[in-house]
Amino acid sequence: MSSVEMIESPAMADSRRAMEVCNACRYCEGFCAVFPAMELHRDFAAGDLSYLANLCHGCKGCYYACQYAPPHEFGINVARSFALLRQESYAEHAWPAPLGRAFARNGLVTSLAMAGGIALVLLLTFLLQSPGTIFGVLPVTPGAGFYLIIPKAVMTLTALAAGLFAVLAMGMGLASYWRASGTRGWSVKDLRQACKDAASLRYLGGNGHGCNDKDGSFSTTRRHLHHLMAYGFLLCFAATSVGAFEDLILGWPAPYPLLSLPVLLGLAGGIGIIFGCAGLLWVKLQADQEPQARELLGADAGLLLLLLLIAATGLLLLALRGTSAQGVTLCVHLGLVLGFFVTMPYSKFVHGLYRFAALLRNAREQREAG
Amino acid sequence: MDQKALRYDIVVIGGGNAALTAALEARLAGASVLVLEHAPKAMRGGNSRHTRNIRAMHAAPTSVLTESYLEDEYWDDLLRVTGGQTDEALARLTIRATQEALPFMARCGVKFQPSLTGTLSLSRTNAFFLGGGKALLNAYYAAAEALGVEVLYDTQVTEVAIDGRRVRRLKVVCKGFPLEVTGKVVIAASGGFQANIEWLKQAWGPQAENFLIRGTPYAQGRVLRNLLDQGIASVGDPTQCHAVAIDGRAPKFDGGIATRLDCVPFSIVVNKHGQRFYNEGEDVWPKRYAIWGRLVAQQPDQVAYSIIDSQAEKLFMPSVFPAIKADSIAALAEKLGLEPAALEATVAAYNAACVPGDFYSSRLDGVHTQGLEPPKTNWARPILQAPFIGYPLRPGITFTYLGVKVNERAEVIMQDGGVMENLYASGEIMAGSILGKGYLAGFGMAIGTVFGRIAGKEAARNVQR
Ligand SMILES: Cc1cc2nc3c(=O)[nH]c(=O)nc-3n(C[C@H](O)[C@H](O)[C@H](O)COP(=O)(O)OP(=O)(O)OC[C@H]3O[C@@H](n4cnc5c(N)ncnc54)[C@H](O)[C@@H]3O)c2cc1C
Ligand code: HEM
Ligand code: SF4
Ligand code: SF4
Repeated sequence: MSSVEMIESPAMADSRRAMEVCNACRYCEGFCAVFPAMELHRDFAAGDLSYLANLCHGCKGCYYACQYAPPHEFGINVARSFALLRQESYAEHAWPAPLGRAFARNGLVTSLAMAGGIALVLLLTFLLQSPGTIFGVLPVTPGAGFYLIIPKAVMTLTALAAGLFAVLAMGMGLASYWRASGTRGWSVKDLRQACKDAASLRYLGGNGHGCNDKDGSFSTTRRHLHHLMAYGFLLCFAATSVGAFEDLILGWPAPYPLLSLPVLLGLAGGIGIIFGCAGLLWVKLQADQEPQARELLGADAGLLLLLLLIAATGLLLLALRGTSAQGVTLCVHLGLVLGFFVTMPYSKFVHGLYRFAALLRNAREQREAG
Repeated sequence: MDQKALRYDIVVIGGGNAALTAALEARLAGASVLVLEHAPKAMRGGNSRHTRNIRAMHAAPTSVLTESYLEDEYWDDLLRVTGGQTDEALARLTIRATQEALPFMARCGVKFQPSLTGTLSLSRTNAFFLGGGKALLNAYYAAAEALGVEVLYDTQVTEVAIDGRRVRRLKVVCKGFPLEVTGKVVIAASGGFQANIEWLKQAWGPQAENFLIRGTPYAQGRVLRNLLDQGIASVGDPTQCHAVAIDGRAPKFDGGIATRLDCVPFSIVVNKHGQRFYNEGEDVWPKRYAIWGRLVAQQPDQVAYSIIDSQAEKLFMPSVFPAIKADSIAALAEKLGLEPAALEATVAAYNAACVPGDFYSSRLDGVHTQGLEPPKTNWARPILQAPFIGYPLRPGITFTYLGVKVNERAEVIMQDGGVMENLYASGEIMAGSILGKGYLAGFGMAIGTVFGRIAGKEAARNVQR
């Protein structure tokens, strides 16, 4: 163990104290998976706490219900303590390790990546292409269109390189987290359970009662908005994959007509992301600040904004096809996508993986506990 | 504040379960309602914010209650714990009305959960609130506000001005400023006086200074005192309170449920001189935990220490404060501030007296001591295996029994037998009528909910008259 790890962070100490109080109280047992998971322990090692923090969906049910919440001297705020600890776990397991520092000022990092990505793509395009091509009205025919501005090989190779690196980095981080949180194996049944819990965001709904999105009242707004955003994201991912398959494997070059699978998937996904992200941002700004970790606003809002802008510029690109604005829009869109790929392993994006890992461990432990 | 604005059909004193159920019913019946809560908003809800369940009669399984729990069994349970210090008519009325309490609560947005782990014995009789009493109150306050009930926080009622059989007005201090409030009808739901240490001292003597109060610091009993001083009839023993032994490190107020300690039956309990003073294994813990507050209160400095060894470490619910551990009894005594030799002698005498037997933590196992005074009659296993563990204990006061007398319409009764024309009471402030002694888990909320609803409806009817 390195000396850095031996000094416990305030978020870790806070989370441990909260779990000790909760374990003696247990009133919140019915809200989510965290409390039943907590009850399997009497002492909490750092790995257990970071597991519990990632199992927490930040629904805030336990904050509003807590008789020990501030201003009580115990000052229990599980939602906030765990949000901070989650962030620490992302930083701790980031690969390569020094880049974990990106989590400290994540809003800034995400903004710089957005700006940097756009600037880079615009700069290179303007250096390499003539203004006539960039601002020209290009034919929307297979193999032509935007490929005339940024050549297919450049686009494909850049995306592939950035994407593969992101997958590698996130995989290394996840593996490190998995080992540190002390999880052993899992069965197919556990995997199925974890997929179900993740896909339905079961615990972002107070286990069926709704959660405290903005204040003490219950709603399922955040859950539904996250579904819009996350499934929208999956649809866009599917659109890109189908497009790449048709173009690179089947040899049907883009751009595709409006009524084609990639465009329809992308359209639906883009709309989902826009409404989902805008809604989540709106809820975040409306919501009671007390149980939130203000320090993390940048990370949350940064990713939401980035996804929103990618989706918006993507749809705009579709609308501006065959106009003289297409070139610049394309550069901005691809710049944002590049920024997203590069920062993916160092942004809140990794929460999906960590949360999934936590749900998997939970499925196993609950099955074993009977 | 505008004086005219503070004229309401009904004014409710208090901000806990009894107050909110009354306010909701009164408002649902069409009256204008003002709630006066002494606590600030963040700490609203009195002792009710610390509760977890309500005992409810039911003829068939409900969403969270198993099997059935009928009137006669409920009544028998109550009779047993109170030793007969109850009013049968009021008690049976309460018991029957708990049937409709759960649907009413659900309509107000209260959510329930299956009985918590470790409380399986209550899964048939008690409905648990999802998130506990504070979540229940959040639902009630939200429902009340949506209906147009007005709430003033940080507002203490200092005097109920009674003239003959009528309440004329209330004197209050609202956020530090004196005010007068008038209601055509007043409902007193301001809880007990357990947080009033000076008052507790009158019954207990100076030792009450060392008591910890498990619930709200706002239960000062100011309204109760004021009413009793003006000729209102009292019920319940003025010298009694429900006291349990809690972790001695708990805060003075509002420590709530988490500060309880369930290690006593598996331990020996010594006072500050290192001497045992009561049979720790007399009965299963749920039947004995409520006598230990009094037992500890009778010891010097109102403090005691529960001592176990590592074999017993995991036999009870985790404690909120860390266990105090040491590798020898002497070292543990040192850490607890006890005389090492005295504790060693007590442990040695106890260990020598333990008769070997089959130890079962979950039932009366008959594993006892021989020739030891006081004896330990169950779970008497020698304290041998390091690390040795200690927890300090202090009396934790849950509630007091003294209250005002009411009839079945929740109308407050005077010493001369007359009925107050426009004063009703609900909750802890009148619970002594039904629960004169002892305690039945979930019955405090039952009384508060049932009488809160009765008071609210009757008060609204009274306004219409
Ligand atoms: C730790 C703990 C756990 C408990 N668990 C349970 C349980 O699970 N089930 C159960 O049935 N019972 C339980 N009880 C008992 C239960 O809390 C009480 O029976 C019940 O809450 C009484 O409700 P109430 O509304 O009458 O009083 P409270 O809830 O105490 O409300 C009194 C209110 O009056 C206000 N007030 C007091 N004086 C004034 C004044 N002068 N002016 C204005 N406002 C004033 C207070 O601020 C407070 O809001 C528990 C008690 C404790 C301490
Ligand atoms: C395993 C699947 C996933 C789970 C279980 C999950 C769960 C959650 C939960 C519970 C929150 C709210 C709590 C918090 O802010 O920390 C959240 C927020 C968020 N999620 Fe996910 N998520 C998953 C996948 C995704 C995916 C695929 C994306 C991206 C497309 C995504 C993007 C976001 C964003 C941007 C937020 C911040 C929104 C906000 O706080 O308002 N999530 N997620
Ligand atoms: S969050 Fe508060 S009320 Fe909920 S279990 Fe923890 S200590 Fe108890
Ligand atoms: S915030 Fe919600 S998900 Fe997280 S521990 Fe509390 S109740 Fe569970």
